[in-house]
Amino acid sequence: MKFSEKWLRQWVNIEVDTQALVDKITMAGLEVDEVEAVAGEFTGVVIGEIVACEQHPDADKLRVTQVSTGSESCQVVCGAPNARVGIKVPFATVGAVLPGNFKIKKAKLRGVESFGMLCAEEELGMAESSDGLMELPADAPVGQNIREYLSLDDKIIDVDLTPNRGDCLSIAGLAREVSANFLADVTEEQIAEVAPAIDDTFPVHIDAPQGCPRYVGRVIRNVDVARSAPLWLTEHLRRSGVRSIDPVVDVTNYVMLELGQPMHGFDLDTLSGSIHVRMAESGEKLTLLDGQEVTLNDNTLVIADEQKALAIAGVMGGEGSGVSDQTRHIFLESAFFDPITIAGKARSYGLHTDSSHRFERGVDFQLQNKAVERATALIVEICGGEPGPVTEVASEAHLPALREVTLRSEKVTSLLGMAIENRHIEALLSRLGLGLTLVEETDGQACWTVSVPSWRFDIAIEEDLVEELGRIYGYNNLPESTPTALLKMKQVDESRVQESDIRRVLTARGYQEAVCFSFIAPELHRLFDPQREPVALSNPIASDLSVMRTTLLPGLVKTAGYNLNRQQSRVRLFETGLTFIREKGKDGDELKQEPMLAALMTGSRHPESWQGKAEAVDFFDLKGDFEAVFALGQAGNEFVFRKGEHAAMHPGQCAEIVRDGKVIGHMGALHPSLAKTMDMPAAIYLVELSLKAVTEGKVTRFAALSKYPEVRRDLALVVNAATAAGDIERVIASAAGELLRRVNTFDVYAGQGIEAGCKSLAMGLTLQHPSRTLKDDEVNELVDRVVARLKQDFDASLRQ
Amino acid sequence: MENLDNTLDTLVASALSAVAAVADASGLDEIRVQFLGKKGELTSLLKALGQLSPEERPKAGGLINKGKQQVQDAINQKKVLLDQQALDTRLASEAIDVSLAGRGQVPGTVHPITRTMERITDYFGRIGFTVEQGPEIEDDYHNFEALNIPGHHPARAMHDTFYFDDTTVLRTHTSPVQVRTMERFVKNNDNPPIAIVCPGKVYRCDSDQTHSPMFHQVEGLYVAEKVSFADLKSVLIDFLRVFFERDDLQVRFRPSYFPFTEPSAEVDIEWGRNDDGSIKWLEVLGCGMVHPDVFRYSGIDPEKYTGFAFGMGVERFAMLRYGVNDLRQFFENDLRFLDQFR
Repeated sequence: MKFSEKWLRQWVNIEVDTQALVDKITMAGLEVDEVEAVAGEFTGVVIGEIVACEQHPDADKLRVTQVSTGSESCQVVCGAPNARVGIKVPFATVGAVLPGNFKIKKAKLRGVESFGMLCAEEELGMAESSDGLMELPADAPVGQNIREYLSLDDKIIDVDLTPNRGDCLSIAGLAREVSANFLADVTEEQIAEVAPAIDDTFPVHIDAPQGCPRYVGRVIRNVDVARSAPLWLTEHLRRSGVRSIDPVVDVTNYVMLELGQPMHGFDLDTLSGSIHVRMAESGEKLTLLDGQEVTLNDNTLVIADEQKALAIAGVMGGEGSGVSDQTRHIFLESAFFDPITIAGKARSYGLHTDSSHRFERGVDFQLQNKAVERATALIVEICGGEPGPVTEVASEAHLPALREVTLRSEKVTSLLGMAIENRHIEALLSRLGLGLTLVEETDGQACWTVSVPSWRFDIAIEEDLVEELGRIYGYNNLPESTPTALLKMKQVDESRVQESDIRRVLTARGYQEAVCFSFIAPELHRLFDPQREPVALSNPIASDLSVMRTTLLPGLVKTAGYNLNRQQSRVRLFETGLTFIREKGKDGDELKQEPMLAALMTGSRHPESWQGKAEAVDFFDLKGDFEAVFALGQAGNEFVFRKGEHAAMHPGQCAEIVRDGKVIGHMGALHPSLAKTMDMPAAIYLVELSLKAVTEGKVTRFAALSKYPEVRRDLALVVNAATAAGDIERVIASAAGELLRRVNTFDVYAGQGIEAGCKSLAMGLTLQHPSRTLKDDEVNELVDRVVARLKQDFDASLRQ
Repeated sequence: MENLDNTLDTLVASALSAVAAVADASGLDEIRVQFLGKKGELTSLLKALGQLSPEERPKAGGLINKGKQQVQDAINQKKVLLDQQALDTRLASEAIDVSLAGRGQVPGTVHPITRTMERITDYFGRIGFTVEQGPEIEDDYHNFEALNIPGHHPARAMHDTFYFDDTTVLRTHTSPVQVRTMERFVKNNDNPPIAIVCPGKVYRCDSDQTHSPMFHQVEGLYVAEKVSFADLKSVLIDFLRVFFERDDLQVRFRPSYFPFTEPSAEVDIEWGRNDDGSIKWLEVLGCGMVHPDVFRYSGIDPEKYTGFAFGMGVERFAMLRYGVNDLRQFFENDLRFLDQFR
């Protein structure tokens, strides 16, 4: 909420400067966002009246005016289109200094002398822009200093109120808060009842008392809406960021800003029969003040007459029933609407108004009569007219009750971590308008019943009172104490691989960690995971961020593209994050949110170097890096690579990664067609796998070292080219049994000397006995057994 | 005898000059064989001793051996010298340009957001907080209702929530993890203390220079008997001073409002000074004492236990710590940006 500092100080005069005021209320929880001067810094500007205005002899767009300051008359050349005889305007006299240290001197404009300058609002730092001279009211006293006349030595304070403090959305509410914080008295303008001059009333029926427990109304006849609200009033509005519209609307806005009660003025002649406060009928149409036609929901409270809905209660009035320049008689509305009924309604129609903002947060339910008297007095003062008697329809049963909350001093001590003396508690809370009744006091522990004023919707429980105490006492005056806890150790699972360790292994191998958005474009999703329907947002921020990713790969490939387009040729990236997959489960659809680890590499194997030629990476570079990741959990050999399939991967260069018989992920080259679609180089290698499968490891079990020599036997096998070396290694391991220490493939060859469609694999078997030296015979026998098994399983023959 | 003397002197002199002249190990060995070998010239002199009288033999033998020793010494010395020279030559030829770059990978970097989250959770880990994580697609109940934000609450408007349907949202904060953790404690019949930090991604339907639709938070929760606002202040002040590595960092607590805490506060830190020397304050954290209704929703007795909760934006901490001035950099993943966080 924006407000004029001077206005506030009329209500509560405190002997501190702006900064001290702002600091104090900020530290009381009313955070001040901005303090801005009402006008720029200037001197020497007075009210001048244009008494003559003639065309400049040598310039089309300039006029030569005579400006009276009462005591003298000055010739001023002026370019403003609205310069004309009879208007009163700010006049910067010779010697004046305008904002930006702009000094006004005697000047000659196209040969005509000019003594001073007539000003627009912009030139006085009162507006961002303006399209002509600032026109002052006809009764503005000529010659008076403009700063004094417009009260420009004032600041606009913008306070960012939290949703619980709706009670501070008015000068009256802010004054209460300032008074409590500075121990100063509020000097409230006395609002007298305006005696009715006529007997006219307009009937009001509350059909939905839950939503509208109180409706106060008043007829005022014969108002002259052609008159303008006085300058002091419109200046207060302007300083709160509210535009002046017509005197009735200006007054209702003024009362809202002053007291916190949103009001509405109807054109009495447009109302048919009686007012009904009721729930809207579903599908009912209403054209609002802003010209927008809305279709109402039946959860919306409306103000209607006997024909149709006239306004969305507490949100916005309708087009046809408001005050217009034709209006003669008005009907004023000052109601209390239930916050829960109003909450969210404005938003559901795409609206947000000063009124809905206040009603959603809670308006003082005892304020309605006072507000209507205040508004009546102002309207009659400005526009004349004869008020009728105030009518009130209320449902006591639906009005909020005045709350009483129990407060115990021990609760104060335990929550704040500090005891506050009982008398001090009473003094601090009383300043906020809370009424404390001591219920009992034993051994220094007190218990009070605290009555909460009707404007404090936010105080409902004991903790709320403790907060009020802490706030007024000052959070920064409260103590600090280091919590003490038992030195009890927590279980740590040694077999679990820490994600930070995985990150360190990958970064050591040259990968950069990326963080990509969890939502992607549906088209991109289809390229990578065409089989799956993604989970879609109903209100995405943009269409290219509208579905939740089912795989981390699109983000990494896009990121690689972004970098490749910026002269990077070597990209290695990884990411961890959730993927979101909807699956058919036992009880309908289930949403799986699984943490994944993905990586991408492209470019040369090593950074450009002084030695050797740059070699491009291939599948096995990526595989090697991930074998290092798998090794973290002491269970590297449990990860098996099998030929696999993946929509985004090259069919001949794709592996599924299997652990414990379950496919946990895929690794492979980006599919060349996909690379082409995405305008990427083809040699991009990708992996994505379940993070959980990588973080589950084992704890090492020691195996005794054998002191007997190892025996190595190499086999040169010829097998079908499609046979996987990994399968052969596994069969060797099973056939060789426990004497086998390790087996590895150390050469792969196809070509001359090998039958077409076949390949030769050289495999080394390392054997060792735990407790004796192996004999040649038994080694030979073992190797023969292995070869026979390979023959049987793979039709493998020994290379001749 | 004299004849022998002369011959010996000549041989020794010739051997010594040969040793002095030779330039390599094999030449030196040849000299050794020539003079001292089994058939060497000096060795042969000993064989000729038989021709001398028995009285002369010892003397002559002594002279020959002395000569032999003289030559052997010279050879030995020369060998040391030649070995040294050979080594020097080899070392010189093997010299490398140590200024050339090393071989292998240039290490990559952990993302600054992850790095910042790791630092934050690490500091809390040291005082006994454990890390908890939870789903990012949340139900309305855990994201709002159990945190005392019912459907009509004005605070919902502050959240700019992404929806999937009426009851499914992208979590707007990591607070639902706190709820889920408390629920788990209750379900397992465990009792507080609960001391957790919840790092992770959160989402708000807002995107401009200072807002990203996805960002990161770390929230914390401490529940035990007799936890007070004084404890909250102490822990957060310590944390901020540790995170920014400044023992004298000024911190202030400003009353604020969150539906799930009461009392609530925002925390500002000193971030530079104004022209008049006053502190420029910068908001970095939200916190408060857990609202009793939040405890009730999760089944924890608010009369027995109290607690504090806090939450912070990771991007903001990373920006302050590393001087990053554009939020969007974090999600562009430009390698030139990432490379800086080694």
